[in-house]
Amino acid sequence: MFEQSISTLAQKLRNKDISSVELTRLFLARIAKLDPQLNSFITVSEQRALEQAAAADALLQSGKGTSLTGIPVAHKDLFCTEGTLTTCGSKMLHNFVPPYESTVTSRIQQAGAVMLGKTNMDEFAMGSSNENSFYGAVRNPWNLDMVPGGSSGGSAAAIAAGLAVTATGTDTGGSIRQPASFCGITGLKPTYGRVSRFGMIAYASSLDQGGPMAKSAEDCAHLMQAMAGFDEKDSTSADKPADDYLANLNAPLTGLKIGLPKEYFGEGLDSKVADVIMAAVKEFEKLGATVKEISLPNLQLSIPSYYVIAPSEASSNLSRFDGVRFGHRCDDPKDLLDMYTRSRAEGFGTEVQKRIMVGTYALSEGYYDAYYLKAQKIRRLIKEDFVKALEEVDVIMGPVAPTTAFGLGSKTSDPVAMYLEDIYTLSVNLAGIPAMSVPAGFADGMPVGLQVMGNYFAEAKLLNIAHQYQQHTDWHLQTPTMAKGA
Amino acid sequence: MSIDKQDVQKIAHLARLALTETDADQYQHSLSSVLALVEQMQSVNTDGVEPLSNPLEMTQRLREDIVTEENRRDAFLANAPQTEAGLFLVPKVID
Repeated sequence: MFEQSISTLAQKLRNKDISSVELTRLFLARIAKLDPQLNSFITVSEQRALEQAAAADALLQSGKGTSLTGIPVAHKDLFCTEGTLTTCGSKMLHNFVPPYESTVTSRIQQAGAVMLGKTNMDEFAMGSSNENSFYGAVRNPWNLDMVPGGSSGGSAAAIAAGLAVTATGTDTGGSIRQPASFCGITGLKPTYGRVSRFGMIAYASSLDQGGPMAKSAEDCAHLMQAMAGFDEKDSTSADKPADDYLANLNAPLTGLKIGLPKEYFGEGLDSKVADVIMAAVKEFEKLGATVKEISLPNLQLSIPSYYVIAPSEASSNLSRFDGVRFGHRCDDPKDLLDMYTRSRAEGFGTEVQKRIMVGTYALSEGYYDAYYLKAQKIRRLIKEDFVKALEEVDVIMGPVAPTTAFGLGSKTSDPVAMYLEDIYTLSVNLAGIPAMSVPAGFADGMPVGLQVMGNYFAEAKLLNIAHQYQQHTDWHLQTPTMAKGA
Repeated sequence: MSIDKQDVQKIAHLARLALTETDADQYQHSLSSVLALVEQMQSVNTDGVEPLSNPLEMTQRLREDIVTEENRRDAFLANAPQTEAGLFLVPKVID
């Protein structure tokens, strides 16, 4: 039951083959049994889930509801959920119970989905391994000694292990796509502004974007259908109607023009990962696509540009954590300054403090032009590379990450080495275009994700491309051993 | 470019982060390695390139200046570490 698609489960719920309460209990039992090995949830909201499931059953009974009604989902612990602890993976918010609901979780709730709980993540979404969580590292269901990727590592691990049907994630520099790749699931980072940021705890506001994660592209489309669209509460929300993400899933791919950027296949890419990606591209050729080599010449510059812009915006966003209105406050502050500095030093982990300091430095007097402004100029060059490439081709394909999941603890001593792992994902956020990670095979027993990047607001097209691939392959249907038989 | 321990203390002060001596040593090293990484930007010619702050180049949407939220003071105070008489309580600021 845990391996079934949203469409199948929705049909079973409608036919009364199973009730939402039964389905929810099944997933809660799986979490209780398997999550001690993974640590993918920070909070399991059993009571809220069972209440929502009962309400979903009542709605289904009267013949109403959507395809998500009664379906158990999980939310990254960065979306504010009214009345349910929301930590953002930080000690700073260890006791924060939001007085309001994020637009994303509110829309998914209105569609009738059941919230199982809140998933683990790198603190304030800063990390690529999920080892930066105050609540402990998450483990990869395919190999418990490996990281699940980050920062949406809890959501990815939970889906891969069958602890939730689908989940939300957020992606600032690859945080949906890279854990999706490492855990063998499907994930979509939408166009900047397509999904509301209201109630999403901010990391880097000009890059942050929420999106769906699930086993298949079709399931992602179901979640996207509920999440996407204009929201007046988000000042950078795109004022443009959302597409129907399910309508064109079955469109044929004949004549699709795929671009392969040569910079994505150069030095640093694991040869076994490259083999998997090229095999996937061959599969698309069989489906009628044509392939040509393209160039994104400024790709390498996305790393320095991102690691100035994201920390700068973070240093500003995270100034709200001052020990006054919410979050951690130190004991016995001797004055206001002492309260600010100790509350923040105690509440934030090392990586978060480091990024706040990098951003503070980049924005400080005398350095602003050389760092922040320079990074924003380079950001335009990176965007122009994509705009130009997407005039020639319909979509761009390449790997999500240079390697498969790495070992827990293997990169913690050299964070800059970990930053370099983000080379294939950062530029997408800088440009603001949508991109997916689609399971495309395995290298040495660990999943490999194919990245599919498209033009602004082309989410429906990306989902169509991924869905067609998944009609002809079964990489997205593989289940890790630890998840079987439970 | 590398930064010294004094720079680290100054940045930490601006960021309102309390640092111990050991922290300062550690951050001096890690901040320097990040700054070395971003240094490669300086070799790129960006003359005449406009900075890009919003990927869709959208301008800020404005709304009517009217009250849209109800007063939920108690709900918001519930998350505060210390409150008194409906106010956030902080250490004494003025003697």
